[in-house]
Amino acid sequence: MSKLVSVLTSNWEKSDSFTISGYQRDGGYKALEKALKMKPDEVIQLVKDSGLRGRGGAGFPTGNKWGFIPQGDNKEHYLVVNADESEPGTCKDTPLLMANPHVLIEGIIIASYAIRANHAFIYIRGEIVHVVRRVQQAIEDAYKTKLLGKNILGSGFDLELTLHAGAGAYICGEETALLDSLEGFRGQPRLRPPFPAIAGLYAKPTVVNNVESIASVPAIIDNGVAWFTSMGTEKSKGFTLYSLSGHVKNPGQIEAPLGITLRELLEIAGGIRAGHKLKFWTPGGSSTPIFTDQHLDIPLDYEGVAAAGSMLGTKALQIFDETTCIVRAVLRWTEFYKHESCGKCTPCREGTWWLVQALADLEAGRGSEADLDKLLDLCDNIAGRSFCALADGAAAPIISSLKYFRAEYLQHLQNGGCPFDPVAATLFQGSLT
Amino acid sequence: MSDQLTTTTDVTLKIDGFEVTVPKGTLVIRAAEKLGIQIPRFCDHPLLAPAGACRQCLVDISINGRAFPKPQASCTIPVENGMEVKTQLTSTVADKAQKGIMELLLINHPLDCPVCDKGGECPLQNQAMSNGNGQSRYEGVKRTFEKPVAISSQVLLDRERCVLCARCTRFSEQIAGDPFITLNERGALQQVGIYEKEPFDSYYSGNTVQICPVGALTGATYRFRARPFDLVSNPSACEHCASGCAMRTDVRRGKTLRRLAGDDPTVNEEWNCDKGRWAFKYESARNRITTPYIRDESGVLREASWPEALSEAAKLLLNAKSAAVLMGGRATLEDAYGYSKFARIALQTNDIDFRARLNSNEEREFLANARPNATYKDIDDADHVVLISFEPEDESPIVFLRILKAVTKRKLAVTVISPIKSRGTEKLKANFISASAGFELKAIEKVDGLTNRSVILIGERALETEGLLSSVEQLATSKGAKLGWIPRRAGEVAALTAGAIGNLLPGLRPVQDAKARVDVQTVWGINQLPTKTGKSTDEILKDSDVILLGGVDANDISSSAKSQLSNKKIIAMDIRFGTSTEVAHVILPVASVVEKNGTFLDWQGKPRSFESAVESLNRSDVRILSMLADEMKRPINLPTVKAAANEIAQFDKWEKSTSNWHVSGTNTENLNLGPTEAILNSWRLLLDRGSLQEGEDNLAGTARKTIIGLNRTKAEKLNLVEGELVKISADSVSISAPLKIVETEENIVWVPRNSTGAQLVSKFSKPSGIKVSVSKA
Amino acid sequence: MSSANFTSEQITKMDQIIARYPRSRSAVMPLLHYVQSIFGYVTDEGIEFIGKKLDLATAEVNAVASFYTQYKRKPVGEYHIGICTNTLCAVMGGDAIYSALKDQIGSEHDGVSADGKVSLEHIECNAACDYAPVMMVNWEFYDNQTVESAKEFVEKARTGNPPAPTRGPKKLRTWKENSEVLAGFSDGLANEGISAGKASLLGLSKMKNSGNN
Repeated sequence: MSKLVSVLTSNWEKSDSFTISGYQRDGGYKALEKALKMKPDEVIQLVKDSGLRGRGGAGFPTGNKWGFIPQGDNKEHYLVVNADESEPGTCKDTPLLMANPHVLIEGIIIASYAIRANHAFIYIRGEIVHVVRRVQQAIEDAYKTKLLGKNILGSGFDLELTLHAGAGAYICGEETALLDSLEGFRGQPRLRPPFPAIAGLYAKPTVVNNVESIASVPAIIDNGVAWFTSMGTEKSKGFTLYSLSGHVKNPGQIEAPLGITLRELLEIAGGIRAGHKLKFWTPGGSSTPIFTDQHLDIPLDYEGVAAAGSMLGTKALQIFDETTCIVRAVLRWTEFYKHESCGKCTPCREGTWWLVQALADLEAGRGSEADLDKLLDLCDNIAGRSFCALADGAAAPIISSLKYFRAEYLQHLQNGGCPFDPVAATLFQGSLT
Repeated sequence: MSDQLTTTTDVTLKIDGFEVTVPKGTLVIRAAEKLGIQIPRFCDHPLLAPAGACRQCLVDISINGRAFPKPQASCTIPVENGMEVKTQLTSTVADKAQKGIMELLLINHPLDCPVCDKGGECPLQNQAMSNGNGQSRYEGVKRTFEKPVAISSQVLLDRERCVLCARCTRFSEQIAGDPFITLNERGALQQVGIYEKEPFDSYYSGNTVQICPVGALTGATYRFRARPFDLVSNPSACEHCASGCAMRTDVRRGKTLRRLAGDDPTVNEEWNCDKGRWAFKYESARNRITTPYIRDESGVLREASWPEALSEAAKLLLNAKSAAVLMGGRATLEDAYGYSKFARIALQTNDIDFRARLNSNEEREFLANARPNATYKDIDDADHVVLISFEPEDESPIVFLRILKAVTKRKLAVTVISPIKSRGTEKLKANFISASAGFELKAIEKVDGLTNRSVILIGERALETEGLLSSVEQLATSKGAKLGWIPRRAGEVAALTAGAIGNLLPGLRPVQDAKARVDVQTVWGINQLPTKTGKSTDEILKDSDVILLGGVDANDISSSAKSQLSNKKIIAMDIRFGTSTEVAHVILPVASVVEKNGTFLDWQGKPRSFESAVESLNRSDVRILSMLADEMKRPINLPTVKAAANEIAQFDKWEKSTSNWHVSGTNTENLNLGPTEAILNSWRLLLDRGSLQEGEDNLAGTARKTIIGLNRTKAEKLNLVEGELVKISADSVSISAPLKIVETEENIVWVPRNSTGAQLVSKFSKPSGIKVSVSKA
Repeated sequence: MSSANFTSEQITKMDQIIARYPRSRSAVMPLLHYVQSIFGYVTDEGIEFIGKKLDLATAEVNAVASFYTQYKRKPVGEYHIGICTNTLCAVMGGDAIYSALKDQIGSEHDGVSADGKVSLEHIECNAACDYAPVMMVNWEFYDNQTVESAKEFVEKARTGNPPAPTRGPKKLRTWKENSEVLAGFSDGLANEGISAGKASLLGLSKMKNSGNN
C-alpha cells in the first residue's frame, strides 16, 4: 500500500513504545538536540516552510501561529497543548499519547524553545485515565533525564511542563475556553480579539496547538522541510492520522499523506462491513457536514474537503452503512451539542434545546414537511450567530443531512415513526437476547 | 473598558448610511446610539466589560468594502475607519438575525409578564415588541425551575425568567468585587446562583436588580408591590452618606415604593449601595411626628397647634440665659443655612454646632482652615490613594467603588491605615498598616510614595486621635497631594458651608474676621453679628440652658448626652420621635427628604439638589425656623427653601485660612495594657442600627454580624477560640459577641460601633481608644 | 470551614497541586479531582476548603465544579460505568448496552446500585470510536463491548472482581484511586498494559504487511 506512511505511528507496535528508553532507542529526542542548536527563529521558519497546518480541526499554519508571538516583549510566553480530544468521531490523539507520549514532549520542548516559552501545559481530557498516566510518567522521566527543567541538554533553555486534566467539557477543546478552564474558570470561550498570541494564558502571549501538530514537529526537524513537503498535496503538506470508525470491517488509525481518499482508506480497512454499503460519513468529526457515497473520491485534504462543502476537521471518518437511520444519528449528535453547549450565548444554548425537541418529534414521526423548513430556518438562526463555532457544528449535521436525506426525514413522517430497526445497525446484530 | 478609552484619535464610520465620528475604541453599538440608532441588546452595559453573550445586537459590518462573513455583535466590536455598519434598519440579514435571537430568547421565557415586577419597564418585553416576530414557532416544553430562590434576604431570583446576560454576575465581580453570585451548571441548564450556604451579602446587591434586563432578579421589598406605570419617578439625592449618589425615587399615591440609583458619571456612575436603595421606610414610619407637641407641667407631651407651639418655643428661647443650636448631620444646605442664620439673628449667638456626634476642637479648626480639595476625578487619576480613619466600603460606599474601579482597571496603589484589615481593604489589595485609634501618627510616617497626583482621604473618625487631622493636613500640603475629608453623613459638608458651627459664618467665613462679618451683615441686611466664637457641641451640652435641636440623636453624641439634655429646656425639630423628643419641651415636626426640596453637598462639595417626591403638609426646617424667628420678632426672612438657596448663592467661598491652627499629638502615650486588656477600636458598618434603617428587615438580613475581633496571638494568649462568645468590659459595662480572628495588632480589639448588641457610643465613655478588658463571656 | 476534615498529608498534596501553576486559581480543577479522590465526589467541605485555599468565594469554586461533567455532587459507585451513547457508539450497540445495564443495575442516570458497588451514566464520545461500542469504567477503556460483556462486567464488579480494562492497568482501580491520578499524582501503573490496541495499529500493520518501508 504505497499510500501509507509511518511516522507518528512508527513505534506503536513495540511493547515499550511509551517509555523513555523505548523512545530514545528508536531515535527519540534527536530532533530536540538538533533544534536546540538552531536559533529559535530558525525553528519557527523551518516549521513555517514545512507548511504544517494545525491538526486539531481548523488547519491554521502552525509556524505562522508561532510567529505571531511577540518577541522581546519581556513577558512570559506559554505553550498550551490541546489534548482535550472530544469531537465525536475523533480518536487519534488518544492512541498517540497512549503509545508515544514522548514524541509530544519532544515537540513541546522544541516549540517552547522556538516561541521562547519557559512553561508549557498539556490540557488533557480527564476521561482517559490511562493516557493521563502515560503522559504523567513520560513527563516525570523527561525531568529525570534533564530533558525538562533547567538548562535542557546544556542549551541554557529552561522549561517547566505541567499536565492538567480536564473534567468533562467538550467546549474546552475551543482554545479560549481551554485557556479559561486552565486558569481555573468555567470553560467558556473568550472574546477575541485579543487573540491568545497577544493575550492568552494569564493574559500573556500563548500558542495553543493540537497534540498531533506538536507531535509532528520532531520528525520535521529531523527529516527536513523537503521530506515533509514531498508528502501531501499542494496546500496540505505532509502526513496525518485518519481515524476510521463505524461500519467498516477493520476500524482504526491510518497514517497517510494528506489527500488520500475515503475509497483508498476503506480499502485499507477492509471495506464496509460484509453485506452492507456505505450510506453517509463524516470527514472530520460530527461538526463537519456529512458526506455520502458520492464523495468517495474527494481528496481528504483541507482544500479538497472544503471544496466539496465540508471540512477536513480532525479527519475523524465515522462510517455509517444503510442500516443507520439518519434522523436518529443526527438527533443524537444534536443531543450531544445540547449537552456540551457552554450556555454562554443565546443561539447555542436555546437553539440546541429547541433543535433536540424538533428532531425528536421528527424521529417519532410527528410533524409535517413544513417542519423541515422550519428546522432549516432555525439552523440559519443559530449557525453563524453564536459566540463560538460549537453551534455551527450543531447545525452542520442537520443541514447536510437534510441536503442528502430529506426523503428519509419525510419517510419518518409518513411512517409515523422511524422505519429502521436499530438492532440491524449494531455490531452484534442478531446476538441480542 | 474598551469603549471608554480616552484618546485623541477619532474614527469615522458609516452606520445605516449616516456618517458618525467617535473616539477610537468606541464600540459600534455606542456609535450607533450617537446617531440615535437603537440596536437591541441585553448583555451590553456601558459600565461592564463586553460579553457578547446574548447576541441580540448582531449587525452586518464591512471594512473598506470587505464584509465580515457573518453578522457581528455590535457590543463587542470597536469602530474602525472605513467601517460600514448595517443594522436591522438597513440589513435584512441583521434584521433576521436579531429576530431569530429574540425568538430563541423567548422560547424558554415564561409568559408571566402580567405578574412580573419588570412588566411595563422590561427591556425584554420592549425589545420583543420592537425587534421580534409577533409570534413564536416554538411548540416544545419550556424550561422550569423552582421559584423564587432567595439569594439573600433582599434579592429574589426567578431563574426561568433569566436570559443569562451575566450582567449581575459581571457587576458583582467587576464592579463590587463580591463574586457571590455566579453562573452555575452548563448549557441549557446554566443558571445564575449562589453557593447555597453563602448568600449574596454584598453592599451593592441592589444594582443587580436594577440592571437585570428581565424580571429574574427582584427586590424582596418591592416584589409584587406596584406596576411601573403607576409610579411617578422623581430625580433625587441620597441622604444616607456623603458619597452623593444621584437617585430616583418612585412614588405611588404619596408613598415611596422604591428608590433606584440615578446616573451621574461624575459621582456614582450608575450605581448605589443597598442602604441608599432600600432604607427609606423611616419616612413613613409609625413614629413619624405629624403635629407639634408641648410638654405640660406634669411632664406629659400633648399635641399642640402650630401657633401655640411656636409661641411656646419662642418664649423659651427669648427667656434663655444662653440659647444654642445643635444639629444632626442630615440637614440640607438650605436647612443648615436656616439654623445658622437663626442662631446669629434670632438667638444672637454663634453657639451652634452641626456636629451632634463625637467632635473635637482640633476638628473644628481643621474644618475652618483646611481646604480639602480632592474629588472623584482625582481618585480616577491618582497614582496612590491613602485612607486614614476611613473605611470607605462601610462609611462612603461609592467612594469605595470608585477606588476599587481604579484598582481593578489600572492597579491603583492603595494604602489603608486602620485598626483591622477589613474586607474592603482586602478587596482593594491595599497596603495595610495596622494602627489603633490614638496611635495613627506613627503609622502615617510609614506612608511613602506620595506625589501631587496622590489622594489622601481622611474620615470623620480622625478627630478621635489628637493631632491626626493636623498631621494629615500637613502631610498632604507638604507633598502637594490632594486631601479629601469624608464625613459619614450627607449633611455635614453643607452644614459647614452654611456656617452651622461656632467659628464660621456662611461661606466658610471666620467669625473672628471683621471683613468676613461685614460680608455676612451685608447679605443679611443687619448691622451687627455676635463676635464671640461660639460654643462647640460639648460646651453647649454643658453650659447652655435652652437648646434648639435639629435632627439630633443624643446617642450619637456620647453616653451622657441624653442626661445632659434632660436638664435643659429643649426645642426639638425632627421627623420622628426619638431621644431628642424624649427630653423636649416643644416638638416641631419637619419634612423628611422625600417631602421637601433641597441640596446636599457631597464630600467633594458638589451640590446634589433634589425636589420633593411626595406631597406632604410637612415643611422644611428652614421654613419653620423662619416662622419661629418671626414669632420671636427677630425675622430671618427665609420663608422657602428657594429663598434660602438664593441667599446662599450670594456668598462666594472664602479662600483665606490661617495656617497656625495645627495641634501636635503625642505618639508615645502608653496605656499600660495588662495581659487581658486591649484598646477598643470601632467604626460603623454600612448596615447597622442606624436610625434611618429602622424597619428594613430585608436589608438588615444582609448586615454583617456583630463580632469581637482579635488577632490570633492575642486570642490564643487569652485561650479564646474563634466563634465563641467573648466579652469586652470597661466603665463597669460590657458587651458580648462571637470572637472573630482578624488581621490586626495584638493590643487591638475591634467591635462594630453601632450594630446589634454593640452600640458603643451610648455605652462606653468613648467608642475607640480606651482600654477594655477581654474575656470569655 | 476549618481544615479539620483534611489530614496534613492531604493538605500537603493540595499545596503540591497549587505549586504546579504560576497562578493559584489554575489549581481549582486538579483540587476538585483531588477532593473526589478523598470523598468519591465533590463535597461541600471540599468546595469550601478549596475556596479557602485559593482565596476564592465558595460560589466561584461551585461555579467551576458545576460546569464539568466529571465532577459529581453526590456519591458514585466504586466502579463508575459510562456507556458511550453518542451517535456512533449508540448505533453500533451503545444504546442497547446502556439500556441493558440500566435494567441490571436498576438505576437511572448518575445513579448508584443498591450495594454502592457500581453506578451508571451515559457518556459522550470518549475518543475511542475505532473501538466502538465503548464502555468506560472509572475512565478506563473497555473496548468493543457487547451487551453480554458489559453485563458480565457488572456482575463481576459486584463481587469485587472486575475484569481488567482493555487498554489500561492489569487491575481496575477504584473511582477514588483514579481520581487521584487525574489530580496529577502518579500511581506507578503507567507501564502496565499494551502500547496500542489492534485498531490503533491498523495502518501500520497494513503497511508492514504489504512490505513497504
